[in-house]
Amino acid sequence: MLKIKNLHASIEDKEILKGIDLEINAGEVHAIMGPNGSGKSTLSSIIAGREEFDQTQGEIIFEDTEISEMDPDERAHRGIFLSFQYPVEIPGVSVTNFIRTAINAHRNANGQENMPANEMLKKIREKSEMLGIDRKFLSRSLNEGFSGGEKKRNEIFQMAMLDPKLSILDETDSGLDIDALKTVADGVNSLKSKDKSVLLITHYQRLLNYIVPDFVHVMVDGKIVKSGGKDLAKELDERGYEWIKTEKAV
Amino acid sequence: MDFKEKLVSSFLAFEEEYTGSNDDLRNIRSQAIKDFETIGFPGKKEEAYKYTSLKSVLKEDYNIFPKGENSLEYRDIQKYLIHEIDTYDLVFIDGVYSSHLSSTTHDKIDACLMSSAINKDQYKPVIDNYFNKIAPKNGLNSLNTAFTKEGAFIHIHKNTMADKPIQIINFSTGNESSLFVQPRNLIVVDENSHCQIIERHQSLTEQPVLTNSVTEVFADKRAIVDYYKIQNDNLSASLIDNTFIEQQSESFCSVHTFSLGGKLTRNNLNFYQKGERIDSTMKGITLIEGKQHVDHNTLVHHTQPNCESHQDYKGIFDDKSVGVFNGKVYVDKIAQKINAYQSNNNVLLSDRATINSKPQLEIFADDVKCSHGCTIGQLDEEALFYLESRGIPKKEARGLLMYAFANNVLESVKIPEIKKRINKLIAKKLGIELGFHL
Repeated sequence: MLKIKNLHASIEDKEILKGIDLEINAGEVHAIMGPNGSGKSTLSSIIAGREEFDQTQGEIIFEDTEISEMDPDERAHRGIFLSFQYPVEIPGVSVTNFIRTAINAHRNANGQENMPANEMLKKIREKSEMLGIDRKFLSRSLNEGFSGGEKKRNEIFQMAMLDPKLSILDETDSGLDIDALKTVADGVNSLKSKDKSVLLITHYQRLLNYIVPDFVHVMVDGKIVKSGGKDLAKELDERGYEWIKTEKAV
Repeated sequence: MDFKEKLVSSFLAFEEEYTGSNDDLRNIRSQAIKDFETIGFPGKKEEAYKYTSLKSVLKEDYNIFPKGENSLEYRDIQKYLIHEIDTYDLVFIDGVYSSHLSSTTHDKIDACLMSSAINKDQYKPVIDNYFNKIAPKNGLNSLNTAFTKEGAFIHIHKNTMADKPIQIINFSTGNESSLFVQPRNLIVVDENSHCQIIERHQSLTEQPVLTNSVTEVFADKRAIVDYYKIQNDNLSASLIDNTFIEQQSESFCSVHTFSLGGKLTRNNLNFYQKGERIDSTMKGITLIEGKQHVDHNTLVHHTQPNCESHQDYKGIFDDKSVGVFNGKVYVDKIAQKINAYQSNNNVLLSDRATINSKPQLEIFADDVKCSHGCTIGQLDEEALFYLESRGIPKKEARGLLMYAFANNVLESVKIPEIKKRINKLIAKKLGIELGFHL
């Protein structure tokens, strides 16, 4: 589904990604872990198409198409979704209005008419119930005055509504208490299927107790330095990142 | 003959046709034309008109007296009214009152015509007390006063809550060549009374139209006045709006100005606080493009202690459009414990758009809280990326962000139908679709 080859990226001439190779197949859950400043969030942003970063080398191939030159909305239409670490507040635009705008943008891009209102309502009800979201919440302004947990849950709600092929969750666990974390993880798990993939970006192993990855990659200083199964996450949690840096140096 | 000379020489003809019986008013008007002759139109050398030149709108050869009666059908004008709710309507076509499109009242409140108020004895005390009492003597006000003939006369009697909002709508039709109109409104709200006013100037022609409107508002003790100005005129119409509000103790007045259209719009809005514990609120959204020009010139004069004023103006400027904000707050020496807030935030969407923002605080009291802030910026890139990552194309994403930027000004609008209407107008201008509610 996603193939990243020798990806280099920089911002204002400072190189942040220094040659990333990553392959994610349909149905797989991958986790990228690493210390602060290792470039994890940059990687997720660049897959989603953030323009501030300069992709200097390498390829990003999504379903056999090179997408490096595509705008973020076009990537979204192809099925890439990024759940933000810090979702942006949009006063005056309700969650419902926002998701409706997003869904119709997807449909229009694929040559479809706007979704009929009753179908939209039905889908909104179904997904909000699944995630335990109160109806009142949906008429509030997007992310405005939301708690950390509400913001993250709202991201997963949008993900459920847009039904992406590849979901990238950037530090979705940060700032969540254990109950909120469970709800979010349940939401993600319920959306998993054999033709959908998930890329988790996280600093801690905690989230991986609830969303179990097939592969774990460790990123240090703009490179993936170690890959393994889910046990690698536990090892990292116990031993920290220093031993990997040392191992790599040796 | 330039426009000023044309106006001065037309005054005699105006006087001859004038059928009014009120001698006091005749004297006021004669004095006013003399003042206009001396002062003339404001030029660019005047500090208050440094960034707004009236030259381009004064060069037209305007018709001063519309010939014949122009009529309109309700179905043609319905969309310009807030028709979803029950209102009193004062409709004027080319400066002439249209009885079949209006609904007036004399039941506990007077919502009727200036022309009848200045000619009937029963209104004389109100006219004598309030007419032309607070409009400062300058070229534009004097010109309007000299030609006072028609407009809205609203008097809310003591202890009365107007049962519905009052709409004042001025239409210009295409039946004349270019047209100059000067509505004159007087609004007197007695003690413990309340009214809501919606005002709109709408040209229905591609011919140039210039409006020089003067409105005087008096809010007595504990009165509440909410005033909404919807400015979404077509590109051949220009407006100079002069609104003056005098407030007595514990009154609350708010003016919301939505400037979304027109060629050149100048809003002169002055508040004079004459008592204690008064609240004056001014809010505005400006959203223009092309070569449009919108100027907000505000003044709040705090003369007594323990009062508040709030100003919040948001502007979005595209293409070569020009915005001006000049907000003056004046606090007299005895006016202690004043809270005066002023903010003016702007987004420039094009390199060639301009905003001139100038806060002016003159404070002579020593125990006051005054704040002012002005920002000029572009849209937040992080927010833009967030929306785009959800599949929303850049153009629409920008529209949504601009909508969000301007939106909080609408929170204090008390009539939901106005909020909806403005939301719709803004969304349409920004090319986004909203209005889907669970």
